[in-house]
Amino acid sequence: MFNDLLSEATLNEAWRIIEAEFLTAIWETVYVTLLATAFSILIGLPLGVLLVVGEKDGVLPLPLWLLQALNIIINLLRSVPFLILMILVFPLTRLIVGTVVGTTASIVPLVIAAFPFVARLAESSLREVSPNTIEMAQSMGASPLQIITKVMIPESIPSLISNATIAVTTILGYSAMSGIIGGGGLGKIAINYGYYRYKYLIMIAAVVLLIILVQIFQSVGTRLAAKADKRLKKKST
Amino acid sequence: MIEIKNVSKQFNTADGFIEALKNVSISIPNGDIFGIIGMSGAGKSTLVRCINMLERPTEGAIEIDGVNLCELSESNLRNIRRDITMIFQGFNLLMQRNCLGNVCFPLELAGKSKSEAKKRALELLDIVGLGDKAKAYPAQLSGGQQQRVAIARALATNPKVLLCDEATSALDPTTTNSILELIRSINEKLGITVVIITHQMSVVESICKHVAILDKGEVVEQGEVTEVFSHPKSEAARHLVFPEGNFDSLLVNESEQRFIRVIFNGARATGSPLIAKMAVEKGIEANIAYASTKSIGGKAYGSMLLGVTDDNTIVNTAIRYLTNTPDVLAEEVRVNV
Ligand SMILES: Nc1ncnc2c1ncn2[C@@H]1O[C@H](COP(=O)(O)OP(=O)(O)OP(=O)(O)O)[C@@H](O)[C@H]1O
Ligand SMILES: [Mg+2]
Repeated sequence: MFNDLLSEATLNEAWRIIEAEFLTAIWETVYVTLLATAFSILIGLPLGVLLVVGEKDGVLPLPLWLLQALNIIINLLRSVPFLILMILVFPLTRLIVGTVVGTTASIVPLVIAAFPFVARLAESSLREVSPNTIEMAQSMGASPLQIITKVMIPESIPSLISNATIAVTTILGYSAMSGIIGGGGLGKIAINYGYYRYKYLIMIAAVVLLIILVQIFQSVGTRLAAKADKRLKKKST
Repeated sequence: MIEIKNVSKQFNTADGFIEALKNVSISIPNGDIFGIIGMSGAGKSTLVRCINMLERPTEGAIEIDGVNLCELSESNLRNIRRDITMIFQGFNLLMQRNCLGNVCFPLELAGKSKSEAKKRALELLDIVGLGDKAKAYPAQLSGGQQQRVAIARALATNPKVLLCDEATSALDPTTTNSILELIRSINEKLGITVVIITHQMSVVESICKHVAILDKGEVVEQGEVTEVFSHPKSEAARHLVFPEGNFDSLLVNESEQRFIRVIFNGARATGSPLIAKMAVEKGIEANIAYASTKSIGGKAYGSMLLGVTDDNTIVNTAIRYLTNTPDVLAEEVRVNV
């Protein structure tokens, strides 16, 4: 079935499809990924903060049951395979977006799948802040909220950016997967043409584009993280 | 006045019960430079962290100008901490903020406006001699410069008390001296009470007026520095004055002698030549019972124990001669065993 992969007819057809559909698909993928990442951070970052400050000798100890409940929910959500999670959250998606198919609708399951992951990433970034630094803030009379907003988050910004980059690229991969059930973007194209209609060229083109997108996100993220980190600055200035 | 009254602190750890402080009582007069010295694990950090309630004493009271900190609510405590600031061994600067931002930090916490904070921070950076480093990040500074920024930060809220927990332990002797000099001038100019935690005799000797010796969680001796170090009564104090711990054997073998402790604080004159010069100029023969001096950049640091003949005139002449040498201190050590 691969023998006519590169015939002139296939090439022409593939080019027509690429011209007609890829621009929208790239846009959909980027839009879904960025929006889902933004919402995941909106939910995940505060959760990550709670996981760190809420510990027994944290800055703002939470009741043990609450901390454990948070941990269990996060672990549970992280252990459900994404495709199954998508189906499971259909009712919620319908409630929020009004439909379960389409680009925007796929944001809901993406956020549900990604925010626990983002919470764990944020947790690990925030734990990098030295206890001595936090003690310094306490010794100057900082309140728990001030410690969170003026010490823990700003001091871990470079690490948070690196981890946000990991989140973006992972969510990009999930968004492609959401193409199987109703999601839009490059994933949908790869599956629709490649899997259902044996147009492998289109599938390969879509995958290559996904790879390029990951590369772009990753290198922008790495650069931003390095730029944000004042510990790395050379003595030149 | 800081009054530490019968403070005990226990920790419950996996390995059992640790008594870090046992019935500690210390009074620190306003405007003093007070040293707390002891071996590693003696409980120094625990004690200093009790003074600003980062650690709550299990028993006892901490009173500052009559206010018992143990009875304050968390939010009152946060306010009072602006009056009792702290510098640390590891400087603990915010690495993602520049010097200016670091000094502004406590002012922001106190709710000062951006411009007000910035103005005060620039003044303070000038005071600590880093007026030109406002925009530099901590990673671009040397250890001594970082500690200067930390000092500027600690002074930002006009505190009454400055706590220094091993503030110079990560620095070389020359830098240590310049930081101690800065602390001394701050104490003189601003009248801030300074509490210095250290395990180095030289730090206490060069800057403190009073000292308490902490040993296994207990205060074994306290008083004026010269008094405590020239009449070490406790085992711990003697161990500090005679680091080799060979005092008893010294005493037995050379019972006809009296001892003079010589402290070198960045003196031009170094140990043995100074003793030789004393022999030539004053005709006093001294034998070096113990010496631990280092020469850094042509300057001597450390201490020395001299044995001289048991004669008042000789002892006094020697002490006067040594004390008149710049950056050298000398005092007789008497031990009544
Ligand atoms: N948070 C804590 N939990 C349990 N034990 C502690 C705690 N803090 C201190 N200790 C114990 O209390 C004792 C005194 O410790 P502390 O840190 O006050 O000593 P230190 O004199 O400052 O020593 P160093 O010179 O090494 O800094 C030690 O045995 C230490 O293990
Ligand atoms: Mg300590």
